[in-house]
Amino acid sequence: MEAILFLIIIGVIVAGGFLVAFIWAVRSGQYDDDYSPSVRMLFDNKIRSKDENEISESNNNN
Amino acid sequence: MGKPCVHCGTDCGKNPVVWDEKEFCCHGCKTVYQILNENRLGAYYEIQPMSGIRIETGQPLRKFAFLDLDEIKDKLADFRDGNTVRVRFFIPAIHCASCIWLLEHLDTLHPGISHSTVNFPQKEVAVTFRDDQISMRQLAELLASIHYVPEITLEHLDRKKIRKADKSLMLKIGVASFSFMNIMMYSFPEYLPGGDLLEQKFKHLFGWLSFILILPVVFYSASDYYVSAFKGLKHKIISIDLPISIGIFALFFYSSTVVFSGQGIGYMDSLAGLLFFLLIGKWYQGKTYEALSFERDYRSYFPVAVTRLSDQCETIVPIRELKKGDRILIRNQELVPADAVLVKGYGSIDYSFVTGEALPVAKNQGDFIYAGGRQVGSSIELQVEKAVEQSYLTQLWNQGGTKKDKLSLNNHINFVSQYFTAAVLLIAVVASAYWATVQLSVAIYVFASVLIIACPCALALTVPFTFGSTMRAFGRRGFYIRNSDVVEKLYRITTVVFDKTGTITLNRKMDVDFIGDSLGIEEITLIANVVRHSSHPLSVALKEFLPHASELMPERYEELPGLGQTAIVNGKRINVGSEMFVTGQHTSTTMNESRVYVSVDGRQAGYFTFSNSYRQGLPTLIEGLKKRYSLHLISGDNDGEEKKMRAIFGDEASLHFNQSPADKKQYILRLKEKGENVLMIGDGLNDAGALAESNTGISVAEDVFSFSPACDAILEAASFDKLEKLISFSRTSFKVVRRSFIISLIYNVIGLSFAVSGKLSPLIAAILMPLSSISIVAFATLSIGWFASRQLKKDESVR
Repeated sequence: MEAILFLIIIGVIVAGGFLVAFIWAVRSGQYDDDYSPSVRMLFDNKIRSKDENEISESNNNN
Repeated sequence: MGKPCVHCGTDCGKNPVVWDEKEFCCHGCKTVYQILNENRLGAYYEIQPMSGIRIETGQPLRKFAFLDLDEIKDKLADFRDGNTVRVRFFIPAIHCASCIWLLEHLDTLHPGISHSTVNFPQKEVAVTFRDDQISMRQLAELLASIHYVPEITLEHLDRKKIRKADKSLMLKIGVASFSFMNIMMYSFPEYLPGGDLLEQKFKHLFGWLSFILILPVVFYSASDYYVSAFKGLKHKIISIDLPISIGIFALFFYSSTVVFSGQGIGYMDSLAGLLFFLLIGKWYQGKTYEALSFERDYRSYFPVAVTRLSDQCETIVPIRELKKGDRILIRNQELVPADAVLVKGYGSIDYSFVTGEALPVAKNQGDFIYAGGRQVGSSIELQVEKAVEQSYLTQLWNQGGTKKDKLSLNNHINFVSQYFTAAVLLIAVVASAYWATVQLSVAIYVFASVLIIACPCALALTVPFTFGSTMRAFGRRGFYIRNSDVVEKLYRITTVVFDKTGTITLNRKMDVDFIGDSLGIEEITLIANVVRHSSHPLSVALKEFLPHASELMPERYEELPGLGQTAIVNGKRINVGSEMFVTGQHTSTTMNESRVYVSVDGRQAGYFTFSNSYRQGLPTLIEGLKKRYSLHLISGDNDGEEKKMRAIFGDEASLHFNQSPADKKQYILRLKEKGENVLMIGDGLNDAGALAESNTGISVAEDVFSFSPACDAILEAASFDKLEKLISFSRTSFKVVRRSFIISLIYNVIGLSFAVSGKLSPLIAAILMPLSSISIVAFATLSIGWFASRQLKKDESVR
């Protein structure tokens, strides 16, 4: 039966951890904008160099 | 049909602008493409093809010279650390993934920009930049050069850091869900067969844990309900929040005594679950359109600064510093910020934002010019007569300022809740009085049980979810309401009042007719090549009306403000303009229509007439509204179109012309005094007073993010013909509300029958309460969705 006691304590601590994480997320503004992050993660970080750009454009034209 | 523009997707027409073998509709679009291409930002067009923003030629040019003023810079900046500055710009043009991508790669356009982040729902971009490398003005101009024009108005200076209100609700939901889930776990053994065999020490432990976990829910998450119930009582209103508060406390105190006496958990799980659902409902209802503003006043319309002339030198000053007697310079497309007298130059003032009237009004030296007009043409000098705060328009606005908050407290649901509360208390007293004759402890238990189970959770959830869903259904069809109370306001209206100009007529489109000798193709070509050089609205309308002609360069061209244009094309002199200018006579006496006379090589060809063109679907809309509401039309214009309007509106409608903004407001007031519930539909600043005075004000806007007067709802012009369906949908919403009430009543009867017989157990409460909540939520949202797809047929052309 001590096992249950142990599990309950762990359960509350883990759930409390998530609650704290949620409060932190709300406070730091992660729920302010629910659209752009979903788009942002798909962007390439690298801006293509000019040569590459031209190559891809000539491909497009063909 | 030509090809679509590579930048913005607009049809390029017959003469596209070509660059880099790509076709563009205009030079503006081509320039943006060039800038992006040179900076290797071509991916802009790959994320979402043809995502660019087209800036209409003839749209007001925004100047950002005022951003050099320290005072304004400091107000706009979010923070400043040495040379590093962070600023947020509101950019209404943000609309797609490509916009986010480009605006977050601003650093490639200028090395002085270190970082930029887009907030999509608010249509804002936050830019961090180095002040010594790029000034705020240059930054704004950079954004404007790629057609993301920042909108900076007085309003943006005044309110800067107001939000966060939404966050506390989020936190309350978070806390409630945390407690709900955990308490449910502790309650679970009680519901299983043999649950009563649970060891006593666990019962104690679970009880105390639940008690600790419920405290933040009762005293933090639910706090809004107590405040609201108390406020209602102070105004002698029994709002729905009162029975909710009573129910919460009944559950809490009863369960606490169970815990203290070591008998278990009581109804803690039901209490936490109930509050969780209630808060979710609140959040669902409260989600509004963040980028839209329903409470704009003159400040969001006026410019931030203006050019002041003193001793031959021009200085830019914030408009609040303008005093009577100041001399100001108003350039082409700039706004007159204060009531003033024209001192120098030729005024041609476009009051379309104020009155909805598209044609500029001619003003001569010494004429009085009201604030709010936009100068079209060459620069003019004005002498300020009244400070901005005292100007006519501002005054008008402030008069209408008191928006009625009382109505929302007096609505349907609160009406029901009065009877509900009274009935529940009555049942509780009667039932416990009966049990008191049998056994006193049972009587107390029954009293608490009635209050617990009769908690109007289902009742309280109906309205948020029904109206919240209705609001979303409206939003998808181009009708944006301020909050969900507006659904109820729409339901209550008995009278519909329309404004004419700009509301039922189109702002920028006119019906053109030619009267006179027939024109040959060559003559048409010549005229088209003259008028295309002018930005006067009549010239623009004429250009649109004339068949597309090949382009010829006039040998000489001159535009005479207020008179017309004269040019020599192909060796022929073309005069286009007023009767006086073209024919040298003045015969026409009617002021009701605009005429443009034409002469080709000395031959008087005749004249074009221009009349307002009405919005699509107006007759059907009026026909539909006529059946149910009494209709009124109040127009600031003369009665020239009375016959046309009478034909559309029918005999019963009352039409009024030559109404000043104050008259309109008075008119609404009189209708209200007669006991009518008035819906006002308007568009311009001149309707602001009437919109504020009416029970419900709808403002019609071509572009919902641009300026519209304070109102309860904004209707996209493209959805104008659907207005009748939208209004009648509010009745459907009420039907759904009534049906949900019946369902919740059935649940209450079942629950109460357990309670009064003294047989309510935590198990029954744990089943009945979530079941009723969830079924009500499902019924409300699903039936609204179903009715919306049937009654408001989705039009593909509307976003």
